[in-house]
Amino acid sequence: MELAIQARGLRKRFGSTEVLAGLDLAVQAGSIFALLGPNGAGKTTTIGILTTLVRPDAGAATVVGADVRTAPAEVQRRIALTGQSAAVDGELTAIENLVMLGRLSGLGRRQARAKAAELLARFELEGAAKRRVSTFSGGMRRRLDLSLSLVVDVPVLFLDEPTTGLDTRSRQELWAIIRSLADAGTTVFLTTQYLEEADRLADRIAVLDRGTIAAEGTAAELKARVGGEFVELRDADGELLREIPTDGSVHALRGAIDELDRSELGAVPGARIGIRRPSLDDVFLAITAGGTPGSPGSSAVRSGELLETN
Amino acid sequence: MTTNATTLPARTAPAGPTRALRPRIRGTVAERVFVTRSLLQELRDPESMLMAVVLPVMLMLMFTFIFGQAIDPSGGYVDYVVPGIILLCAGFGASSTAVSVSRDMTTGIIERFRTMPLRSGAVLTGHVVVSVIRNLFATAVVIAVALLVGFRPDATALDWLAMFGVVALYILAITYLFAAIGLAASSPEAANGYGFILLFLPYVSSAFVPVETMPDWLRPIAEHQPITPVIETIRSFLVGTPLGSSGWVALAWCLGIVLAAAVWGAWLFRRKAGRR
Ligand SMILES: Nc1ncnc2c1ncn2[C@@H]1O[C@H](COP(=O)(O)OP(=O)(O)O)[C@@H](O)[C@H]1O
Ligand SMILES: [Mg+2]
Repeated sequence: MELAIQARGLRKRFGSTEVLAGLDLAVQAGSIFALLGPNGAGKTTTIGILTTLVRPDAGAATVVGADVRTAPAEVQRRIALTGQSAAVDGELTAIENLVMLGRLSGLGRRQARAKAAELLARFELEGAAKRRVSTFSGGMRRRLDLSLSLVVDVPVLFLDEPTTGLDTRSRQELWAIIRSLADAGTTVFLTTQYLEEADRLADRIAVLDRGTIAAEGTAAELKARVGGEFVELRDADGELLREIPTDGSVHALRGAIDELDRSELGAVPGARIGIRRPSLDDVFLAITAGGTPGSPGSSAVRSGELLETN
Repeated sequence: MTTNATTLPARTAPAGPTRALRPRIRGTVAERVFVTRSLLQELRDPESMLMAVVLPVMLMLMFTFIFGQAIDPSGGYVDYVVPGIILLCAGFGASSTAVSVSRDMTTGIIERFRTMPLRSGAVLTGHVVVSVIRNLFATAVVIAVALLVGFRPDATALDWLAMFGVVALYILAITYLFAAIGLAASSPEAANGYGFILLFLPYVSSAFVPVETMPDWLRPIAEHQPITPVIETIRSFLVGTPLGSSGWVALAWCLGIVLAAAVWGAWLFRRKAGRR
Protein backbone atom coordinates (compact mmCIF):
# COMPACT_ATOMS: atom_id res chain seq x y z
CA MET A 1 0.00 0.00 0.00
CA GLU A 2 1.05 3.51 -0.74
CA LEU A 3 1.68 5.97 2.06
CA ALA A 4 -0.01 9.37 1.85
CA ILE A 5 1.70 10.83 4.91
CA GLN A 6 5.01 9.89 6.38
CA ALA A 7 6.71 11.57 9.33
CA ARG A 8 9.92 10.68 11.03
CA GLY A 9 11.37 12.02 14.28
CA LEU A 10 9.33 15.23 14.33
CA ARG A 11 10.37 17.52 17.15
CA LYS A 12 8.93 20.85 18.15
CA ARG A 13 9.45 23.00 21.19
CA PHE A 14 7.75 26.26 22.11
CA GLY A 15 9.92 28.04 24.62
CA SER A 16 10.53 25.60 27.44
CA THR A 17 7.75 23.15 26.56
CA GLU A 18 8.72 20.29 24.33
CA VAL A 19 5.50 19.58 22.46
CA LEU A 20 6.73 16.91 20.05
CA ALA A 21 9.64 14.71 21.03
CA GLY A 22 10.32 12.55 18.02
CA LEU A 23 7.00 11.74 16.41
CA ASP A 24 6.73 9.02 13.76
CA LEU A 25 3.68 8.55 11.56
CA ALA A 26 2.69 6.54 8.53
CA VAL A 27 -0.73 6.98 6.99
CA GLN A 28 -2.00 4.74 4.21
CA ALA A 29 -3.37 6.49 1.16
CA GLY A 30 -7.16 6.45 1.11
CA SER A 31 -7.59 5.67 4.81
CA ILE A 32 -8.96 7.58 7.77
CA PHE A 33 -6.29 8.12 10.39
CA ALA A 34 -7.08 9.52 13.83
CA LEU A 35 -4.55 11.19 16.09
CA LEU A 36 -5.96 10.82 19.58
CA GLY A 37 -4.87 12.87 22.55
CA PRO A 38 -6.13 15.16 25.32
CA ASN A 39 -6.03 18.92 25.22
CA GLY A 40 -2.48 20.22 24.89
CA ALA A 41 -1.03 16.93 23.69
CA GLY A 42 0.31 18.49 20.52
CA LYS A 43 -2.33 17.45 17.96
CA THR A 44 -2.69 20.90 16.43
CA THR A 45 1.07 21.29 16.36
CA THR A 46 1.38 18.01 14.46
CA ILE A 47 -1.26 19.10 11.95
CA GLY A 48 0.53 22.45 11.72
CA ILE A 49 3.77 20.76 10.72
CA LEU A 50 2.10 18.49 8.17
CA THR A 51 0.21 21.43 6.63
CA THR A 52 3.29 23.73 6.44
CA LEU A 53 2.04 26.15 9.12
CA VAL A 54 4.63 25.15 11.68
CA ARG A 55 8.28 24.51 11.07
CA PRO A 56 9.58 21.42 12.87
CA ASP A 57 12.78 21.80 14.93
CA ALA A 58 13.91 18.40 13.71
CA GLY A 59 12.63 15.48 11.71
CA ALA A 60 11.13 15.13 8.27
CA ALA A 61 7.66 14.70 6.85
CA THR A 62 6.25 14.15 3.40
CA VAL A 63 2.68 14.47 2.18
CA VAL A 64 1.99 12.53 -1.00
CA GLY A 65 5.67 12.64 -1.78
CA ALA A 66 6.17 16.37 -1.15
CA ASP A 67 8.51 17.40 1.67
CA VAL A 68 6.97 19.86 4.14
CA ARG A 69 10.29 21.56 4.72
CA THR A 70 11.76 21.84 1.26
CA ALA A 71 8.61 21.98 -0.89
CA PRO A 72 5.85 23.65 1.16
CA ALA A 73 4.08 24.97 -1.93
CA GLU A 74 3.91 21.45 -3.37
CA VAL A 75 2.49 20.17 -0.07
CA GLN A 76 -0.11 22.96 -0.19
CA ARG A 77 -1.25 21.75 -3.61
CA ARG A 78 -1.98 18.32 -2.16
CA ILE A 79 -3.85 19.20 1.01
CA ALA A 80 -6.82 20.99 2.48
CA LEU A 81 -7.09 21.97 6.13
CA THR A 82 -10.18 22.47 8.23
CA GLY A 83 -8.69 23.84 11.39
CA GLN A 84 -9.76 23.86 14.99
CA SER A 85 -11.27 27.34 14.90
CA ALA A 86 -13.75 27.77 12.08
CA ALA A 87 -11.94 29.37 9.16
CA VAL A 88 -14.99 30.91 7.55
CA ASP A 89 -15.67 34.55 6.78
CA GLY A 90 -18.59 35.53 9.00
CA GLU A 91 -19.25 38.74 7.08
CA LEU A 92 -19.83 36.92 3.82
CA THR A 93 -22.62 34.54 2.82
CA ALA A 94 -22.04 30.81 2.49
CA ILE A 95 -22.00 31.01 -1.29
CA GLU A 96 -19.58 33.95 -1.26
CA ASN A 97 -17.25 32.01 1.01
CA LEU A 98 -17.30 29.04 -1.36
CA VAL A 99 -16.82 31.09 -4.52
CA MET A 100 -13.92 32.94 -2.90
CA LEU A 101 -12.19 29.69 -1.96
CA GLY A 102 -12.86 28.27 -5.42
CA ARG A 103 -11.28 31.30 -7.09
CA LEU A 104 -8.30 31.12 -4.73
CA SER A 105 -7.98 27.46 -5.67
CA GLY A 106 -7.62 28.27 -9.34
CA LEU A 107 -11.20 27.80 -10.55
CA GLY A 108 -12.68 30.21 -13.04
CA ARG A 109 -15.64 32.35 -12.03
CA ARG A 110 -18.21 30.03 -13.57
CA GLN A 111 -16.52 26.87 -12.33
CA ALA A 112 -16.34 28.32 -8.83
CA ARG A 113 -20.06 29.12 -8.86
CA ALA A 114 -20.95 25.64 -10.08
CA LYS A 115 -18.77 24.00 -7.45
CA ALA A 116 -20.28 26.21 -4.74
CA ALA A 117 -23.80 25.18 -5.73
CA GLU A 118 -22.79 21.53 -5.76
CA LEU A 119 -21.22 21.68 -2.31
CA LEU A 120 -24.11 23.65 -0.80
CA ALA A 121 -26.45 20.90 -1.95
CA ARG A 122 -24.18 18.15 -0.71
CA PHE A 123 -23.81 19.71 2.74
CA GLU A 124 -27.50 20.64 2.97
CA LEU A 125 -26.79 24.33 3.16
CA GLU A 126 -28.83 25.41 0.14
CA GLY A 127 -31.45 27.09 2.28
CA ALA A 128 -28.78 29.17 3.97
CA ALA A 129 -26.69 29.86 0.87
CA LYS A 130 -27.38 33.57 0.87
CA ARG A 131 -27.28 34.10 4.62
CA ARG A 132 -24.37 35.70 6.37
CA VAL A 133 -22.24 33.00 7.96
CA SER A 134 -22.15 34.87 11.28
CA THR A 135 -25.81 33.87 11.70
CA PHE A 136 -25.03 30.15 11.31
CA SER A 137 -25.29 27.55 14.05
CA GLY A 138 -22.15 25.71 15.14
CA GLY A 139 -23.01 22.65 13.09
CA MET A 140 -23.70 24.67 9.94
CA ARG A 141 -20.45 26.55 10.34
CA ARG A 142 -18.53 23.32 10.67
CA ARG A 143 -20.20 21.88 7.58
CA LEU A 144 -19.39 25.02 5.60
CA ASP A 145 -15.84 24.97 6.93
CA LEU A 146 -15.46 21.41 5.71
CA SER A 147 -17.05 22.16 2.35
CA LEU A 148 -14.52 24.98 1.86
CA SER A 149 -11.82 22.33 1.99
CA LEU A 150 -13.50 20.45 -0.84
CA VAL A 151 -13.67 23.09 -3.57
CA VAL A 152 -11.00 21.05 -5.28
CA ASP A 153 -10.56 17.31 -4.73
CA VAL A 154 -7.14 17.25 -3.13
CA PRO A 155 -5.64 13.91 -2.08
CA VAL A 156 -5.27 14.60 1.64
CA LEU A 157 -7.70 16.27 4.00
CA PHE A 158 -6.63 17.43 7.49
CA LEU A 159 -9.36 17.90 10.09
CA ASP A 160 -8.39 19.30 13.48
CA GLU A 161 -10.99 18.24 16.05
CA PRO A 162 -13.80 18.37 13.49
CA THR A 163 -16.66 17.71 15.91
CA THR A 164 -15.52 19.26 19.18
CA GLY A 165 -18.32 21.37 20.61
CA LEU A 166 -21.03 19.97 18.34
CA ASP A 167 -24.25 18.35 19.47
CA THR A 168 -24.77 14.64 18.88
CA ARG A 169 -26.82 15.06 15.73
CA SER A 170 -24.39 17.44 14.02
CA ARG A 171 -21.55 15.19 15.07
CA GLN A 172 -23.13 12.16 13.45
CA GLU A 173 -23.89 14.11 10.28
CA LEU A 174 -20.27 15.13 10.09
CA TRP A 175 -19.08 11.58 10.68
CA ALA A 176 -21.19 10.40 7.75
CA ILE A 177 -19.70 13.08 5.51
CA ILE A 178 -16.14 12.26 6.54
CA ARG A 179 -16.73 8.59 5.92
CA SER A 180 -18.14 9.29 2.45
CA LEU A 181 -15.06 11.35 1.62
CA ALA A 182 -12.78 8.49 2.51
CA ASP A 183 -14.96 6.10 0.55
CA ALA A 184 -14.38 8.30 -2.47
CA GLY A 185 -10.62 7.94 -2.03
CA THR A 186 -9.55 10.96 0.03
CA THR A 187 -6.99 10.32 2.73
CA VAL A 188 -8.35 11.81 5.94
CA PHE A 189 -6.06 12.77 8.82
CA LEU A 190 -8.08 13.90 11.82
CA THR A 191 -7.38 14.71 15.43
CA THR A 192 -9.79 14.08 18.26
CA GLN A 193 -10.09 13.92 22.02
CA TYR A 194 -12.83 11.33 21.82
CA LEU A 195 -12.13 7.64 21.65
CA GLU A 196 -15.63 7.13 20.33
CA GLU A 197 -14.98 9.39 17.37
CA ALA A 198 -11.76 7.61 16.52
CA ASP A 199 -13.54 4.31 17.05
CA ARG A 200 -16.41 5.13 14.69
CA LEU A 201 -14.39 6.76 11.96
CA ALA A 202 -10.81 5.73 11.81
CA ASP A 203 -9.15 2.78 10.12
CA ARG A 204 -6.18 3.36 12.38
CA ILE A 205 -5.70 5.33 15.56
CA ALA A 206 -2.50 6.75 17.02
CA VAL A 207 -2.37 7.82 20.65
CA LEU A 208 -0.27 10.93 21.25
CA ASP A 209 1.35 11.13 24.64
CA ARG A 210 4.28 13.20 25.86
CA GLY A 211 5.24 14.17 22.35
CA THR A 212 5.42 10.72 20.82
CA ILE A 213 3.06 8.08 19.52
CA ALA A 214 2.46 5.87 22.55
CA ALA A 215 0.36 3.31 20.68
CA GLU A 216 -0.97 2.78 17.20
CA GLY A 217 -3.48 0.35 15.81
CA THR A 218 -7.10 -0.28 14.95
CA ALA A 219 -9.78 0.68 17.46
CA ALA A 220 -10.20 -2.96 18.43
CA GLU A 221 -6.50 -3.39 19.06
CA LEU A 222 -6.33 -0.34 21.30
CA LYS A 223 -9.39 -1.21 23.31
CA ALA A 224 -8.18 -4.74 23.81
CA ARG A 225 -5.35 -3.20 25.78
CA VAL A 226 -7.81 -1.60 28.18
CA GLY A 227 -10.36 -4.34 28.63
CA GLY A 228 -14.11 -3.95 28.78
CA GLU A 229 -16.71 -2.29 30.98
CA PHE A 230 -15.89 -0.76 34.33
CA VAL A 231 -18.20 -1.34 37.26
CA GLU A 232 -18.20 1.71 39.47
CA LEU A 233 -19.73 2.59 42.78
CA ARG A 234 -20.63 6.17 43.61
CA ASP A 235 -21.99 7.68 46.82
CA ALA A 236 -25.14 9.79 47.01
CA ASP A 237 -23.19 12.90 45.88
CA GLY A 238 -21.82 11.11 42.84
CA GLU A 239 -18.31 10.79 44.27
CA LEU A 240 -16.52 7.72 42.98
CA LEU A 241 -15.98 5.19 45.75
CA ARG A 242 -14.62 2.25 43.84
CA GLU A 243 -14.08 1.19 40.25
CA ILE A 244 -13.49 -2.35 39.00
CA PRO A 245 -12.27 -3.11 35.49
CA THR A 246 -13.84 -6.12 33.76
CA ASP A 247 -13.62 -7.79 30.39
CA GLY A 248 -17.27 -7.03 29.78
CA SER A 249 -18.57 -10.60 30.10
CA VAL A 250 -21.66 -11.39 32.17
CA HIS A 251 -19.54 -13.50 34.46
CA ALA A 252 -16.99 -10.76 35.14
CA LEU A 253 -19.67 -8.11 35.67
CA ARG A 254 -21.47 -10.33 38.20
CA GLY A 255 -18.16 -10.99 39.93
CA ALA A 256 -17.48 -7.28 40.23
CA ILE A 257 -20.92 -6.57 41.58
CA ASP A 258 -20.61 -9.40 44.11
CA GLU A 259 -17.29 -8.00 45.20
CA LEU A 260 -18.83 -4.58 45.83
CA ASP A 261 -21.75 -6.18 47.61
CA ARG A 262 -19.40 -7.97 49.97
CA SER A 263 -17.24 -4.94 50.72
CA GLU A 264 -18.30 -2.40 53.34
CA LEU A 265 -18.56 0.20 50.53
CA GLY A 266 -21.68 -1.51 49.27
CA ALA A 267 -23.37 -0.62 52.52
CA VAL A 268 -22.71 3.11 52.29
CA PRO A 269 -26.14 4.76 52.42
CA GLY A 270 -27.28 5.97 48.99
CA ALA A 271 -24.42 4.29 47.15
CA ARG A 272 -25.24 3.45 43.56
CA ILE A 273 -23.70 1.13 41.08
CA GLY A 274 -23.01 2.00 37.44
CA ILE A 275 -21.40 0.51 34.40
CA ARG A 276 -19.36 2.51 31.94
CA ARG A 277 -17.28 1.80 28.87
CA PRO A 278 -13.55 2.50 28.70
CA SER A 279 -12.79 6.18 28.28
CA LEU A 280 -9.90 7.82 26.53
CA ASP A 281 -8.39 8.22 29.97
CA ASP A 282 -8.47 4.48 30.48
CA VAL A 283 -6.78 3.87 27.16
CA PHE A 284 -4.29 6.47 28.19
CA LEU A 285 -3.61 4.98 31.56
CA ALA A 286 -3.32 1.52 30.09
CA ILE A 287 -0.88 2.64 27.46
CA THR A 288 1.13 5.21 29.35
CA ALA A 289 1.19 3.80 32.87
CA GLY A 290 2.12 0.32 31.79
CA GLY A 291 -1.28 -1.25 32.01
CA THR A 292 -3.03 -0.97 35.33
CA PRO A 293 -6.28 0.41 33.98
CA GLY A 294 -8.98 1.55 36.28
CA SER A 295 -7.12 1.26 39.53
CA PRO A 296 -9.40 2.58 42.26
CA GLY A 297 -10.36 6.19 41.83
CA SER A 298 -7.95 6.79 39.02
CA SER A 299 -9.19 7.60 35.60
CA ALA A 300 -12.64 8.99 36.01
CA VAL A 301 -11.42 11.19 38.81
CA ARG A 302 -8.49 12.45 36.80
CA SER A 303 -10.44 14.33 34.20
CA GLY A 304 -14.09 13.68 34.76
CA GLU A 305 -14.44 13.07 31.06
CA LEU A 306 -16.40 9.90 30.61
CA LEU A 307 -16.96 8.37 27.27
CA GLU A 308 -20.51 8.77 26.20
CA THR A 309 -21.76 5.99 24.04
CA ASN A 310 -25.35 6.04 23.01
CA MET B 1 -18.18 -7.84 24.63
CA THR B 2 -17.65 -4.14 24.45
CA THR B 3 -14.54 -4.30 22.37
CA ASN B 4 -17.00 -4.59 19.51
CA ALA B 5 -14.62 -4.71 16.63
CA THR B 6 -15.72 -1.93 14.33
CA THR B 7 -13.01 -2.79 11.89
CA LEU B 8 -14.07 -1.02 8.74
CA PRO B 9 -14.17 -2.77 5.41
CA ALA B 10 -11.13 -2.20 3.26
CA ARG B 11 -11.62 0.70 0.94
CA THR B 12 -11.60 -0.06 -2.73
CA ALA B 13 -11.68 3.47 -4.15
CA PRO B 14 -8.61 4.78 -5.95
CA ALA B 15 -5.98 5.89 -3.48
CA GLY B 16 -5.19 9.53 -2.83
CA PRO B 17 -2.05 10.10 -4.85
CA THR B 18 -3.83 9.58 -8.15
CA ARG B 19 -6.02 12.61 -7.39
CA ALA B 20 -5.76 16.05 -8.95
CA LEU B 21 -3.63 18.68 -7.30
CA ARG B 22 -4.83 22.15 -6.35
CA PRO B 23 -4.01 24.35 -9.34
CA ARG B 24 -1.61 27.23 -8.81
CA ILE B 25 -3.24 30.56 -9.30
CA ARG B 26 -1.74 32.99 -11.75
CA GLY B 27 -0.89 36.69 -11.72
CA THR B 28 -2.92 38.86 -9.43
CA VAL B 29 -5.92 36.55 -8.98
CA ALA B 30 -5.36 36.37 -5.21
CA GLU B 31 -5.18 40.16 -4.88
CA ARG B 32 -8.32 40.62 -6.96
CA VAL B 33 -10.24 37.99 -5.01
CA PHE B 34 -9.24 39.59 -1.71
CA VAL B 35 -10.20 43.08 -2.90
CA THR B 36 -13.62 41.68 -3.85
CA ARG B 37 -13.85 40.05 -0.44
CA SER B 38 -13.02 43.25 1.44
CA LEU B 39 -15.47 45.15 -0.75
CA LEU B 40 -18.25 42.67 0.07
CA GLN B 41 -17.45 42.94 3.78
CA GLU B 42 -17.62 46.72 3.42
CA LEU B 43 -21.00 46.62 1.70
CA ARG B 44 -22.33 44.30 4.42
CA ASP B 45 -21.66 47.00 6.95
CA PRO B 46 -23.48 50.08 5.66
CA GLU B 47 -23.71 51.58 9.15
CA SER B 48 -19.99 52.03 9.57
CA MET B 49 -19.80 53.40 6.03
CA LEU B 50 -22.55 55.85 6.92
CA MET B 51 -20.79 56.83 10.14
CA ALA B 52 -17.58 57.44 8.26
CA VAL B 53 -19.38 60.06 6.18
CA VAL B 54 -21.98 61.40 8.60
CA LEU B 55 -19.66 62.07 11.51
CA PRO B 56 -17.24 64.34 9.66
CA VAL B 57 -20.17 66.13 8.01
CA MET B 58 -21.75 66.73 11.42
CA LEU B 59 -18.46 68.00 12.77
CA MET B 60 -18.13 70.34 9.84
CA LEU B 61 -21.65 71.71 10.31
CA MET B 62 -20.97 72.16 14.00
CA PHE B 63 -17.74 74.00 13.42
CA THR B 64 -19.06 76.26 10.71
CA PHE B 65 -22.43 77.14 12.23
CA ILE B 66 -21.77 77.02 15.98
CA PHE B 67 -18.10 77.76 16.65
CA GLY B 68 -17.55 79.47 13.32
CA GLN B 69 -19.69 82.49 14.25
CA ALA B 70 -17.70 82.99 17.41
CA ILE B 71 -14.31 82.53 15.80
CA ASP B 72 -14.97 84.62 12.71
CA PRO B 73 -18.28 86.55 12.71
CA SER B 74 -17.85 87.42 9.02
CA GLY B 75 -18.59 83.77 8.19
CA GLY B 76 -15.23 83.05 6.62
CA TYR B 77 -14.38 80.28 9.05
CA VAL B 78 -15.82 77.62 6.77
CA ASP B 79 -13.02 78.28 4.30
CA TYR B 80 -10.51 77.77 7.08
CA VAL B 81 -11.94 74.62 8.60
CA VAL B 82 -12.91 72.55 5.55
CA PRO B 83 -9.40 71.29 4.78
CA GLY B 84 -9.11 70.09 8.37
CA ILE B 85 -12.46 68.32 8.17
CA ILE B 86 -11.39 66.63 4.95
CA LEU B 87 -8.40 65.14 6.75
CA LEU B 88 -10.42 64.18 9.78
CA CYS B 89 -12.80 62.33 7.48
CA ALA B 90 -10.00 60.74 5.50
CA GLY B 91 -8.52 59.37 8.69
CA PHE B 92 -11.81 58.33 10.19
CA GLY B 93 -12.28 55.28 8.02
CA ALA B 94 -8.72 54.01 8.37
CA SER B 95 -9.26 52.63 11.86
CA SER B 96 -11.74 50.10 10.48
CA THR B 97 -8.86 48.65 8.48
CA ALA B 98 -7.15 47.76 11.74
CA VAL B 99 -10.31 45.95 12.85
CA SER B 100 -10.64 43.97 9.60
CA VAL B 101 -6.98 42.98 9.61
CA SER B 102 -7.08 41.96 13.25
CA ARG B 103 -10.21 39.91 12.67
CA ASP B 104 -8.50 37.97 9.90
CA MET B 105 -5.40 37.35 11.97
CA THR B 106 -7.23 36.14 15.07
CA THR B 107 -10.11 34.04 13.74
CA GLY B 108 -8.19 31.28 12.03
CA ILE B 109 -9.10 32.21 8.48
CA ILE B 110 -5.50 33.26 7.82
CA GLU B 111 -4.43 29.68 8.57
CA ARG B 112 -6.62 28.42 5.77
CA PHE B 113 -5.13 30.89 3.30
CA ARG B 114 -1.64 30.04 4.49
CA THR B 115 -2.11 26.36 3.75
CA MET B 116 -2.98 27.20 0.15
CA PRO B 117 -0.42 27.91 -2.56
CA LEU B 118 -0.92 31.68 -2.71
CA ARG B 119 0.54 34.89 -1.31
CA SER B 120 -1.38 35.16 1.94
CA GLY B 121 -0.21 38.77 2.35
CA ALA B 122 -2.72 39.54 -0.41
CA VAL B 123 -5.37 39.49 2.31
CA LEU B 124 -3.88 42.75 3.58
CA THR B 125 -3.72 44.24 0.09
CA GLY B 126 -7.48 43.65 -0.18
CA HIS B 127 -8.21 45.56 3.00
CA VAL B 128 -5.88 48.45 2.15
CA VAL B 129 -7.22 48.94 -1.39
CA VAL B 130 -10.84 48.94 -0.25
CA SER B 131 -10.13 51.27 2.66
CA VAL B 132 -8.47 53.79 0.32
CA ILE B 133 -11.43 53.65 -2.08
CA ARG B 134 -13.95 54.09 0.72
CA ASN B 135 -12.13 56.99 2.31
CA LEU B 136 -11.71 58.80 -0.99
CA PHE B 137 -15.43 58.42 -1.55
CA ALA B 138 -16.23 59.73 1.94
CA THR B 139 -13.90 62.67 1.32
CA ALA B 140 -15.69 63.52 -1.91
CA VAL B 141 -19.04 63.52 -0.07
CA VAL B 142 -17.67 65.80 2.62
CA ILE B 143 -16.36 68.25 0.02
CA ALA B 144 -19.74 68.25 -1.74
CA VAL B 145 -21.51 69.08 1.53
CA ALA B 146 -18.93 71.75 2.28
CA LEU B 147 -19.67 73.44 -1.05
CA LEU B 148 -23.37 73.36 -0.19
CA VAL B 149 -22.86 75.14 3.14
CA GLY B 150 -20.82 77.93 1.69
CA PHE B 151 -17.28 76.71 1.20
CA ARG B 152 -15.89 78.86 -1.59
CA PRO B 153 -12.55 77.51 -2.66
CA ASP B 154 -10.36 79.41 -5.03
CA ALA B 155 -8.90 76.46 -6.90
CA THR B 156 -8.18 75.58 -10.50
CA ALA B 157 -8.80 72.11 -11.87
CA LEU B 158 -5.11 71.42 -11.40
CA ASP B 159 -5.31 72.54 -7.75
CA TRP B 160 -8.19 70.14 -7.18
CA LEU B 161 -6.24 67.34 -8.75
CA ALA B 162 -3.19 68.10 -6.62
CA MET B 163 -5.41 68.29 -3.52
CA PHE B 164 -6.89 64.85 -4.23
CA GLY B 165 -3.39 63.53 -4.81
CA VAL B 166 -2.31 64.73 -1.38
CA VAL B 167 -5.45 63.39 0.29
CA ALA B 168 -5.01 60.01 -1.42
CA LEU B 169 -1.41 59.80 -0.29
CA TYR B 170 -2.39 60.72 3.26
CA ILE B 171 -5.16 58.09 3.22
CA LEU B 172 -2.73 55.51 1.93
CA ALA B 173 -0.25 56.36 4.69
CA ILE B 174 -2.71 56.05 7.57
CA THR B 175 -4.34 52.97 6.03
CA TYR B 176 -0.96 51.27 5.94
CA LEU B 177 -0.34 52.40 9.49
CA PHE B 178 -3.64 51.01 10.68
CA ALA B 179 -3.19 47.76 8.79
CA ALA B 180 0.05 47.34 10.74
CA ILE B 181 -1.73 48.29 13.98
CA GLY B 182 -4.30 45.62 13.16
CA LEU B 183 -1.49 43.10 12.88
CA ALA B 184 -0.02 44.19 16.19
CA ALA B 185 -3.32 44.26 18.10
CA SER B 186 -4.29 41.25 20.16
CA SER B 187 -7.98 41.40 19.19
CA PRO B 188 -10.31 43.31 16.86
CA GLU B 189 -11.64 45.22 19.88
CA ALA B 190 -8.15 46.32 20.84
CA ALA B 191 -7.48 47.30 17.24
CA ASN B 192 -10.59 49.46 17.31
CA GLY B 193 -9.29 51.27 20.37
CA TYR B 194 -6.26 52.61 18.52
CA GLY B 195 -8.59 54.60 16.26
CA PHE B 196 -8.68 57.33 18.88
CA ILE B 197 -5.25 58.53 17.77
CA LEU B 198 -6.64 59.80 14.50
CA LEU B 199 -9.59 61.45 16.17
CA PHE B 200 -7.33 63.24 18.56
CA LEU B 201 -4.40 64.32 16.39
CA PRO B 202 -6.31 66.80 14.18
CA TYR B 203 -7.28 68.85 17.24
CA VAL B 204 -3.63 69.37 18.05
CA SER B 205 -2.92 70.68 14.56
CA SER B 206 -3.81 73.69 12.47
CA ALA B 207 -7.07 71.98 11.46
CA PHE B 208 -9.46 74.05 13.57
CA VAL B 209 -7.47 76.98 14.88
CA PRO B 210 -4.17 78.48 13.72
CA VAL B 211 -1.19 77.03 15.55
CA GLU B 212 -0.15 80.57 16.64
CA THR B 213 -3.16 80.76 18.95
CA MET B 214 -2.10 77.69 20.93
CA PRO B 215 -0.24 77.78 24.26
CA ASP B 216 3.55 77.86 23.96
CA TRP B 217 4.08 74.28 25.13
CA LEU B 218 1.60 72.87 22.62
CA ARG B 219 2.78 74.82 19.59
CA PRO B 220 5.88 72.78 18.77
CA ILE B 221 3.84 69.58 18.93
CA ALA B 222 1.12 70.98 16.71
CA GLU B 223 3.62 72.39 14.23
CA HIS B 224 5.70 69.27 13.91
CA GLN B 225 3.10 66.56 13.77
CA PRO B 226 2.34 65.13 10.32
CA ILE B 227 -1.23 66.39 10.05
CA THR B 228 -0.39 70.09 10.12
CA PRO B 229 1.75 70.16 6.95
CA VAL B 230 -0.79 67.97 5.14
CA ILE B 231 -3.58 70.36 6.12
CA GLU B 232 -1.53 73.40 5.17
CA THR B 233 -0.84 71.83 1.78
CA ILE B 234 -4.51 71.17 1.12
CA ARG B 235 -5.39 74.66 2.33
CA SER B 236 -2.87 76.12 -0.04
CA PHE B 237 -4.30 74.23 -3.00
CA LEU B 238 -7.91 75.03 -2.16
CA VAL B 239 -7.92 78.55 -0.75
CA GLY B 240 -4.54 79.81 -1.86
CA THR B 241 -2.76 80.28 1.47
CA PRO B 242 1.05 80.31 1.10
CA LEU B 243 2.41 76.80 0.66
CA GLY B 244 5.94 77.38 1.96
CA SER B 245 7.71 74.14 2.74
CA SER B 246 4.50 72.38 3.80
CA GLY B 247 4.18 70.49 0.52
CA TRP B 248 7.52 68.79 0.82
CA VAL B 249 7.19 68.17 4.52
CA ALA B 250 3.76 66.59 3.98
CA LEU B 251 5.12 64.43 1.18
CA ALA B 252 8.02 63.31 3.33
CA TRP B 253 5.74 62.48 6.26
CA CYS B 254 3.33 60.46 4.14
CA LEU B 255 6.01 58.50 2.32
CA GLY B 256 7.86 57.98 5.58
CA ILE B 257 4.76 56.61 7.27
CA VAL B 258 4.00 54.30 4.31
CA LEU B 259 7.53 52.98 4.39
CA ALA B 260 7.72 52.54 8.15
CA ALA B 261 4.28 50.91 8.32
CA ALA B 262 5.13 48.58 5.43
CA VAL B 263 8.37 47.43 7.08
CA TRP B 264 6.75 47.07 10.50
CA GLY B 265 3.70 45.35 8.99
CA ALA B 266 5.78 42.89 6.97
CA TRP B 267 7.73 42.01 10.10
CA LEU B 268 4.55 41.55 12.14
CA PHE B 269 2.93 39.49 9.41
CA ARG B 270 5.91 37.16 9.22
CA ARG B 271 5.94 36.82 12.97
CA LYS B 272 2.21 36.23 13.35
CA ALA B 273 1.45 34.39 10.14
CA GLY B 274 4.87 33.05 9.24
CA ARG B 275 5.80 29.43 9.80
CA ARG B 276 6.14 28.98 13.51
N1 LIG C 1 2.56 29.08 18.91
C1 LIG C 1 2.74 28.57 20.14
N2 LIG C 1 3.51 29.21 21.04
C2 LIG C 1 3.70 28.70 22.27
N3 LIG C 1 3.17 27.56 22.72
C3 LIG C 1 2.38 26.87 21.89
C4 LIG C 1 2.12 27.34 20.55
N4 LIG C 1 1.31 26.44 19.94
C5 LIG C 1 1.08 25.47 20.85
N5 LIG C 1 1.72 25.71 22.01
C6 LIG C 1 1.70 24.85 23.20
O1 LIG C 1 2.01 23.54 22.79
C7 LIG C 1 1.22 22.60 23.47
C8 LIG C 1 0.48 21.73 22.49
O2 LIG C 1 -0.47 22.49 21.82
P1 LIG C 1 -1.42 21.93 20.69
O3 LIG C 1 -0.60 21.35 19.59
O4 LIG C 1 -2.34 23.04 20.30
O5 LIG C 1 -2.20 20.77 21.44
P2 LIG C 1 -3.62 20.09 21.12
O6 LIG C 1 -4.02 20.51 19.74
O7 LIG C 1 -3.39 18.63 21.22
O8 LIG C 1 -4.58 20.58 22.14
C9 LIG C 1 0.32 23.37 24.40
O9 LIG C 1 0.88 23.35 25.68
C10 LIG C 1 0.33 24.76 23.83
O10 LIG C 1 0.16 25.71 24.84
MG1 LIG D 1 -5.67 21.49 19.12
